[in-house]
Amino acid sequence: MSDGVEVVAERPQRRRVLITGLSSYWGGRLAEALESFAEVEAIVGVDTRDPTRELERTEFVKVSNQHGLIQRIVRAARIDTVIDARLVVDSITTSRQRAHENNVIGTMNVLAACAGEGSPVRRFVFKSSAHVYGAAQNDPGFFTEAMTRSQPPATPIERDVVEAEASVVDFAGKQKRVDVTVLRCANVLGPDVRTSFAKLLSLPLVPMIAGFDPRLQFVHEDDIVHALEHATVNRIPGVFNVAADGVLALSEIVGLLGKRPLPVLPPWGAGLLNVPLRALRVQIPPEMQGMLRFGRGIDNRRYKASGFEYGYTTREAALAFSEHLRLQPILRGVESSYTYEGEVERFLRRSPLARPPRPDGEESGTAQEPFGI
Amino acid sequence: MPPRRCDHVAIAPRNTSLAPGPELEDEQEGEGALAVSDRERMRELLPAIEPDRRIDDWGRSERFEGVFDATLVEFFYRYWFRCEVEGVENVPADGGALLVSNHAGALPPDAAMIGKAIRDEHSHPRPLYMTVEHFFKGYPGFSALLPKIGCVPAHPANVHRLLYDEGQLVLVFPEGRKGTEKLVKDRYRVQRFGRGGFVEAAMRAEAKLVPVCVVGAEESAPIVARSRLLERVTGLLYFPITPTFPWLGPAGMLGYLPAKFKIRFLEPIDTTRMGEEPAEDKALVQSVAQEVRARIQENLHEMVSRRKSVWLG
Repeated sequence: MSDGVEVVAERPQRRRVLITGLSSYWGGRLAEALESFAEVEAIVGVDTRDPTRELERTEFVKVSNQHGLIQRIVRAARIDTVIDARLVVDSITTSRQRAHENNVIGTMNVLAACAGEGSPVRRFVFKSSAHVYGAAQNDPGFFTEAMTRSQPPATPIERDVVEAEASVVDFAGKQKRVDVTVLRCANVLGPDVRTSFAKLLSLPLVPMIAGFDPRLQFVHEDDIVHALEHATVNRIPGVFNVAADGVLALSEIVGLLGKRPLPVLPPWGAGLLNVPLRALRVQIPPEMQGMLRFGRGIDNRRYKASGFEYGYTTREAALAFSEHLRLQPILRGVESSYTYEGEVERFLRRSPLARPPRPDGEESGTAQEPFGI
Repeated sequence: MPPRRCDHVAIAPRNTSLAPGPELEDEQEGEGALAVSDRERMRELLPAIEPDRRIDDWGRSERFEGVFDATLVEFFYRYWFRCEVEGVENVPADGGALLVSNHAGALPPDAAMIGKAIRDEHSHPRPLYMTVEHFFKGYPGFSALLPKIGCVPAHPANVHRLLYDEGQLVLVFPEGRKGTEKLVKDRYRVQRFGRGGFVEAAMRAEAKLVPVCVVGAEESAPIVARSRLLERVTGLLYFPITPTFPWLGPAGMLGYLPAKFKIRFLEPIDTTRMGEEPAEDKALVQSVAQEVRARIQENLHEMVSRRKSVWLG
């Protein structure tokens, strides 16, 4: 094992990675992806809940958002790259307090765990959100990374995201030895992730606000995972927008999905619509209301200039989502049988009775030694 | 050197310590103080519109615009206003150019007529992006329709992207609503030209400035009065009282009088030969803005003085 603390950037070095929010969708996807990277020597994942994915060589540690505990893990495992993939950006997924706890307090704690004298962390990747830009009347057609939002954030989630990013920026200013990469991801669209937008777009008639046809930009879920990988294995400090090519009108997206727009939502008092929509199991969270009126476009060129290539355009992401919608009625129920067998995994990994698989069999990663703590 | 010359004035660079420091300057990712080569590289990375799409990234719909152009605009351009165009060759055949025009009419018809003139009379017909107030993005109806026919909110970043990165034609009305809301008694008095932001935009984008004069729009929708009360009730920018509006309902907005339109494109002004970073020279910006305004005013006077009849030209 390399002890590469002082030799960062001198030679290509195998990364020792910590993923926060391992049990979130992004944390799990990223860990799964990084397991196949030769450049990644070790992966540790922390979360307050059990992981939702089967992971082979990722070490999971169940830990609350206490910086002291995370710091001990970081130092003991000599983590040099921390990927913070915890951010909650959709307010319907959790309560306001929990979202705040996770987004603001959680980020502070993770940053505190990476700071300090003798911290081995040299790279910090923060998955942020295009919520930092908001969606307002006076916005430019395409936000670049250097622009700020035109209105102060009015919804709790947006406030949280802005605050969390501000603390990351503050961290970057103070910790000169850490390369901080912030990825501001556009709204995700794809077969797997359930977001408020996905729910709205899966209705047979897609409700739109009367008199508005916002320009929307999405990013495919795989591209977000690849974007996180890109920032993990490359040194690219700075802020980057992550959004697919192409800004589509909402009516255009609805057309791609083979559905019909239903411009019935009143232009004002959008809070009232939540009552009838709840009957359809759809909620329009407050941070989405601006999007449904004004939309948002993001300039994705800077991340491309850093060498990243997107696999999907916004249109292709919408088409992938539409394929999923057509398959969903057939595949329903199949997904639910897929759970992570944590106990079995732990037995296979730790028990002296379990033998490591043969080289010709499965990945030998399961037999990996725990870290020399 | 200012930190971001590729951008615009309204949005100040975010003062973050994440902004690339000196350490990053030699790397390509650095965005602060983009060198010319980097700006060109960014231009190359601009996504193309996928061939299957009928709507561009600004929300402009080929189909919707085609129908609009073949019906309403065609009717007004050819038969109602009988547009007469001079100097259309002054509009560059390629590359970004900023068209600057006087502005008039309750629901101003001048932008659509200028766009149509370039589509119909120019040897290389090109789409024209028309800048409109941000207000319309928030007004139901306008918000959905205006982008479809090529209107974009008049944000400096939008103008820059269109001119520099995409090399498009952009039309601005520096008078803004001061031009359209003025009463008929003030016709053909070109109002103040904002703060010269359009000149800065053209300079930053290294685009040509093409002054445009439109005669006829003033009489086509003369505003005899404005109603403060109805302005407040409808939430509109201003509430014009014209011969047909509001008497004929919203359709009265299109009840233009058949004034004879004359559109004159003037000699382009090259902003690339004004020295290094001309946009930073406020005095130069102001004098160019005044020069453009003076040329438009002078030509308007000349065009109006030669006109025998408002309706027949």
